[in-house]
Amino acid sequence: MNPSSSELIDPAAKSPARPLSAWRRIPIGVVLATFVVAFLVLCALFPTLIAPKDPYQLSLLHSLRAPSPEFPFGTDQLGRDIFSRVVHGASYSLSIGIGATLIAVTVGLLVGLIAGSAGGAVDLAFMRIIDVLLAFPALFMSMAVVALIGKGSMNVLLAIAIAEIPRYARIVRSQVLVVRQSGYVEAALILGQRRSVTLIKHVLPNTIGPLIVLSTLGIGSAILSSAALSYLGLGPKPPTPEWGLMLAEGQGYLRKAWWIGVFPGIFATLTVVSTTILGRYLKALSDGRA
Amino acid sequence: MHIARELFIRILAGAAVLWAAASLAFAVLQLFPSDPVQVIYGADSSVTPELRAAIRADFGLDQPVLVQYQRFVTRIAQGDLGISYQQRRTVASIIGSEIGSTLTLASLAVLAAVAMAFLASLLTAGRPGLLRRALSSFELLSVSTPVLWVGILLLTFFSFQWQLFPVVADAGWRSLVLPVATLSIAVFGSLSQVMREEMDRALEQPFILTARTRGLSEWAIRWKHALGHALIPAITISTETFGGLLAGSIVTEQVFGRPGLGRITLEAITNHDIPVVMGIVLFVAFVFVALNILADLLYRLVDPRLRVSSR
Repeated sequence: MNPSSSELIDPAAKSPARPLSAWRRIPIGVVLATFVVAFLVLCALFPTLIAPKDPYQLSLLHSLRAPSPEFPFGTDQLGRDIFSRVVHGASYSLSIGIGATLIAVTVGLLVGLIAGSAGGAVDLAFMRIIDVLLAFPALFMSMAVVALIGKGSMNVLLAIAIAEIPRYARIVRSQVLVVRQSGYVEAALILGQRRSVTLIKHVLPNTIGPLIVLSTLGIGSAILSSAALSYLGLGPKPPTPEWGLMLAEGQGYLRKAWWIGVFPGIFATLTVVSTTILGRYLKALSDGRA
Repeated sequence: MHIARELFIRILAGAAVLWAAASLAFAVLQLFPSDPVQVIYGADSSVTPELRAAIRADFGLDQPVLVQYQRFVTRIAQGDLGISYQQRRTVASIIGSEIGSTLTLASLAVLAAVAMAFLASLLTAGRPGLLRRALSSFELLSVSTPVLWVGILLLTFFSFQWQLFPVVADAGWRSLVLPVATLSIAVFGSLSQVMREEMDRALEQPFILTARTRGLSEWAIRWKHALGHALIPAITISTETFGGLLAGSIVTEQVFGRPGLGRITLEAITNHDIPVVMGIVLFVAFVFVALNILADLLYRLVDPRLRVSSR
């Protein structure tokens, strides 16, 4: 709902106390999650600002150092600064998470819109294909896609996106069916508006809202998939400072250096927890529960 | 009779999905052709054209596409998943020799996760409080933490630092503890969230009030009346988390160096052994479809209302 129309209907919306109390009602977890996401975006955009050390700089003299003021997260088996590598790693996880979700949502939106608004045989065909695709677990399908198109960051991004498309397409399609039944679409059609115009002016905007909320949650699971695929050796090649890859590379040294296995995981978990909290809050807001 | 007929229809529909999945896999393979000669001999250029043709004929790749498709579907229907380029064994035997390990890990993890989720729901459904908040934070962590990291943490502390459990994968039941813990933590979160929500809803129903007025204790109410309702979404979510479980198993096996589906899948991907990759993909789709049919049957067992309405 847009704010001006709500003010017309509900005079209380104009009272000055409302924005303040609305601000106060934001749960502390959501505020913290927002800060974490902001920090991670900062890490991804300007890593050297936060961690000036070179994440690729080898130094066998300093290998496997415990966390200290000089190396806050310690150093890995090759003497590289883990803090610096973890901070630089944010850009890989965030770009794969956001990029894969964007592609999946866009294609899913298109497929869902076509299936939902065309109806009939087209709808049936699309939905059966989607049912079949949903019979493959997401990470598993990503692995199969990587097997076909090859390893690497870009391919992992594509593989995750492809695996997520059927889920979004199904949601969009059911949303389109709901919107098509609604009074305003019927009214627009009766008023003589063309179907294609109705689709773009009414159906699309009312479908996109819930989709944006869901995709916030999807970013988290895409990041989890990318960490898993990289850990399994299907993602970027060493010495890329990707979190899953760092965990895989450091696994042989856990006996001597626990910090190698701890800090990349903390960053990955913080990222997913924060996006999940924000996604759930957005979902609650859009459902009118918060 | 009705149940038998419905089951027959469900199995038929499942077979149709699998046929479509196999056709899709076949079509994808036509788009991304793989060369067995390349996989077997690598970049070795001494392979004569005659040998190359013989190998391709061996895998039926010299036939027209339609004949290949017909053979492909026929043998899949007979449970023949093809022959590995690399190992020269049937894909079915490769899966068969490794699936036991994955099955043990996955079923133990599901049992542990379901038991924990039941306990969590029994203790916290309908009761706001500290315990409930702590549990829901733990659930959030459980669904947001990479499975591989949980495994690495457990390995680092329980095996390396405190040496409570062995690092090697073949030391009897003790080497199963950490992998099962890893996987069950991952499954627990989503399961517990849904089960408690359902039990919350059940506790608000009139029949609970009736039970209360009959003087039943709080525990009896939860145990006898509300728990059954939590079972229904547990079955749904169990089939839905199958994907998560499978992905989790693959990663967990890799972290703990266990044999299983994860190892053969990764090996096949690394070696471009496409028949094995496709065989595993189809096998997984088959298990998923079968689980869904099983879940439909379980609903009837758990929810008497469905039995009545189907008559």
